[in-house]
Amino acid sequence: MTRSQHRHALASAVAGLALIAGASAASADDLTLYCSVQEEWCQAMANAFTKETGITVAMTRKSSGETYAQIKAEAANPKGDVWWGGTGDPHLQAAEEGLTAEYKPANFAELHPWAQKQATQSGHRTVGIYAGALGFAINTEILAKKKVKEPSCWADLIKPEFKGEIQIANPNSSGTAYTAMATLVQLLGENPAFDYLKQLHVNVSQYTKSGAAPAVAAGRGETAVGIVFLHDGVTQAINGFPVKVVAPCEGTGYEIGSMSIIKGAPNAKSAQRFYDFALSPAAQATGAANKSYQVPSNTKSVLPEQAPRMDKVKLIDYDFKKYGSSAERKKLLSRWDAEVGAQK
Amino acid sequence: MNRSHLSWLVIGVLGFALPPWYGLPTSSSAPWPPSGLLASFGVAPWLLPIGLFLLLPAPFVIVRSRLAGLALIAAGIGGLGYLVAQGLAIGLRGWSQPLLADLFGPLATGQRGMGAGGLIVAVSLLFYLTLGLAARGAMKGDRFTTGAIGLVVAAIVVFVFWPVSTILSQAMVADPGQSAIVALAERLTARDIWSVGCVVSATRCGVFWNSILLAVLTGVLTTLLGLAFALIASRTGFRFKTGLRLLTVLPIITPPFVIGLAVILLFGRNGTVTQFMAEYFGLTATRYIYGLPGILLTQVLAFTPIAFLVLVGVVQGIAPAMEEAAQTLGAGRWQTFRRVTWPLMRPGLANAFLVGFIESLADFGNPLVMGGGYEVLSTKIFYAVVGAQNDPGRAAALGIVLLALCVGAFILQRTWVGKTSYTTVGGKGFSGTSAALPRVVKYAAYGTALPWALFTFLLYGLILFGGFVENWGRNNSITLRHYITAFGLDWGQNGLLWTGRAWNSLFTTIQIAAVSAPITAALGLLTAYLLVRQRFAGQSTFEFMTMLSFAIPGTVIGVSYILAFNTPPVELTGTAAILVICFVFRNMPVAIRAGVASMSQIDKSLDECALTLGATSAQSVRRVILPLLRPAVVASLVYAFVRAITSVSAVIFLVTARYDMATSYIVGRVEIGDFGLAIAYSSALIVLMGIGILFIQLVVGERRIGRRDPVQPAARPAEVTA
Repeated sequence: MTRSQHRHALASAVAGLALIAGASAASADDLTLYCSVQEEWCQAMANAFTKETGITVAMTRKSSGETYAQIKAEAANPKGDVWWGGTGDPHLQAAEEGLTAEYKPANFAELHPWAQKQATQSGHRTVGIYAGALGFAINTEILAKKKVKEPSCWADLIKPEFKGEIQIANPNSSGTAYTAMATLVQLLGENPAFDYLKQLHVNVSQYTKSGAAPAVAAGRGETAVGIVFLHDGVTQAINGFPVKVVAPCEGTGYEIGSMSIIKGAPNAKSAQRFYDFALSPAAQATGAANKSYQVPSNTKSVLPEQAPRMDKVKLIDYDFKKYGSSAERKKLLSRWDAEVGAQK
Repeated sequence: MNRSHLSWLVIGVLGFALPPWYGLPTSSSAPWPPSGLLASFGVAPWLLPIGLFLLLPAPFVIVRSRLAGLALIAAGIGGLGYLVAQGLAIGLRGWSQPLLADLFGPLATGQRGMGAGGLIVAVSLLFYLTLGLAARGAMKGDRFTTGAIGLVVAAIVVFVFWPVSTILSQAMVADPGQSAIVALAERLTARDIWSVGCVVSATRCGVFWNSILLAVLTGVLTTLLGLAFALIASRTGFRFKTGLRLLTVLPIITPPFVIGLAVILLFGRNGTVTQFMAEYFGLTATRYIYGLPGILLTQVLAFTPIAFLVLVGVVQGIAPAMEEAAQTLGAGRWQTFRRVTWPLMRPGLANAFLVGFIESLADFGNPLVMGGGYEVLSTKIFYAVVGAQNDPGRAAALGIVLLALCVGAFILQRTWVGKTSYTTVGGKGFSGTSAALPRVVKYAAYGTALPWALFTFLLYGLILFGGFVENWGRNNSITLRHYITAFGLDWGQNGLLWTGRAWNSLFTTIQIAAVSAPITAALGLLTAYLLVRQRFAGQSTFEFMTMLSFAIPGTVIGVSYILAFNTPPVELTGTAAILVICFVFRNMPVAIRAGVASMSQIDKSLDECALTLGATSAQSVRRVILPLLRPAVVASLVYAFVRAITSVSAVIFLVTARYDMATSYIVGRVEIGDFGLAIAYSSALIVLMGIGILFIQLVVGERRIGRRDPVQPAARPAEVTA
């Protein structure tokens, strides 16, 4: 080994050391937040918590599927404290698998019944923080140009005039689309629901990967109708696109955006403080301030003006326990794959 | 020889005695965690044997015994084996397997991941082994070569083989009541992978066929376009070569999604071109671009430059002597090209195709944006991990299929290139001019490359423009709003405030890219040197292993890195190191490919000459091979730097609040349809990467081969008239 070779090896060793030394140590007043809503809202929420408590928040934003996969992969040595936001199913699944910890928040009594139910059926391993109903995001310009009446019911979507004009996510990849499928099964019964989905398939131009993508596509005029959560459609309308949101007349399902404390969290105390804080009306007001118009879970929170009125939406009694379970999910998804997804 | 033995002995012992053995201290209460030596007599008595292994060869080395080599080998193997065994056996909370606790009794404490001390000792033990082997005569006693092989093999085993096998083994995880083999077989033969329904009935085809079709098309098209650009750049008198080079580099420095977005805004159903066609030609606006055409278009846009970078070095490196010889013997331009130039380009073409093929298979962003109903393996794997299915076993099975495809391509490439010699840069002092291209080839190159360049240019004009308008496609009034949101600056009480939202991730991104690029290039070219210039047992396996991390989609790599490096003995999650390491091993294959392609052109007699004159292998690498490899060095540095900035799928699981990357921020904007900010940020990144590339080229410099200027048509009037 020559001298330059030594120098080289030493230099790389030193570089390695520097990198390792750069790794931070968790101190007492920190919180690592895994956030699964929009970036602005995540940022605002982290700032609001720091302002309130003085606890430094390290926030990472990822989709709920990504966060779930990460928490599962990290389970042997958890790095995160709280997982805030994102659709309820993966939270329930994490609870089922014991990836999250039990905690009953101080202001539990103030919550809407749907938010409480999310907590009680998971053994207080998760709790509802907001709700959003499923519906249609409609590009009014396209429909006016094609002289097609705006759809107002699930039944409208299978009419021939919507051929190639509908987008919905693939239920294999998106919780939104899975919620839609489970909604139809609960609304119509399993066999009629799959008949409906087969007819809908003829009109669907694309099954997108992400749940909110059909709303973006409707805004851009790439599709006339997207089946999405209403608040995702509202975001497009606020951003200046010709989008109108409609809740289907037969009734519709909804998601409960949830929050969980990660089991074995390095900063469990801070995590619990965040949990209590996130359920307060003040914290929940950060959503509307950052263009996220879900319905907050605290009864004392102010409902944002732009939010789709839940009282005007006909909601079904969505069975989260049953349709969130792995067995039911696997059954419905493989049936969808075989009967709908595999068709041309 | 004793000097190097002694140095590593000292480094190893000091590494054990002084720096903290463990990394990532649990709490701030212990400011200087104990070294290996201290821990041996305190919290971690099981570390003591490592110290003994380190000291074992000392007496032999000091007295210059002939047994020093054997002692070093023994200490190296024993020490490394023990180091790994104790690391795997004792985890955070004591014994990692209940069986061990039954055998040895319970442990009071566990241990954390290795830190500086552990790293230094591990490296020293590795070099004990390679020095010992060299002393016993391995690789003709060349310490540099054995050391390099040891280093690269160890790095690849730890950072590629281990994580990848961790995740692939998930394909065997069975449902209760099912055997592992059945589970694996069931996952591997799933209908949605292999179905040929689209040919024989009205159902969809399996992802395997979709992926292979796309990858072959992308590989062929990028190779041909890359070749056209390479021929124009090095074999013609084309005037705007600099502009051409710049244009071919642009797509490479473009963050993911951006090309897809631009293509949608042009050719989507509501896109400018589509609407124009609908209005003036009465065509119905449809969604024709989604699916295979869209993915292919964006992939060819994105990967042609890589093919160009691989090929340009090869085309330039073809020595004119052979072409001149052919012409002297009476061959025409076409014959010369067909019989001499083209065969000499084979390694370049094969490598370019392989890179394009594998890039296409592993690409995730473009199929995601442009895919429509066209599913490929990479997107399917992503959603098997993070989608509503949450089925890592399925993802692993799909990953195995993907890997098999890459192995197939790899073997095919090897067969086609064969064992022929492609050496054209020899030590003989020659000067000559490269043959002019046959007219057909020249015009074919112009005819394909120039329109493509124009198209790329147009697309980028639009992208740049998109950052400055309120809402692209809807409200085209000019605004600086997006740039201010991303890169706002403010003067506060304490001076400059970086108020823009992008600053944080931008700084991290650039730091990490700048750290990982040189490491990637160095390791990649070193590996290429070992592959081309040395012969050792297991070389093909070794070569294949280097390609592993490249062939596997980023998402799988990301998750596998968490699975492997979240717990001791190597605990890296949440640090910047894991991002750097991930980039190094993911991008290294391109550096290797570029190095292999260029190096197989350089005559071995050049380094033999240096060796005969008394140089060591290390010196011959530094003084002879490296200067001739400049194009490959540039290619790998540029690629590594740029990829660290633009890759998204692998890092999405590895970023943390402290180390956030630009792309993960951009993806969030694209998800909610805020294209303006995404494009503004991307444009800024493009400019930055452009500066980075210029800087790299300036520092590395051009390769100088003793040769007259390439063809200048004006200087050869006779031929032009003829």
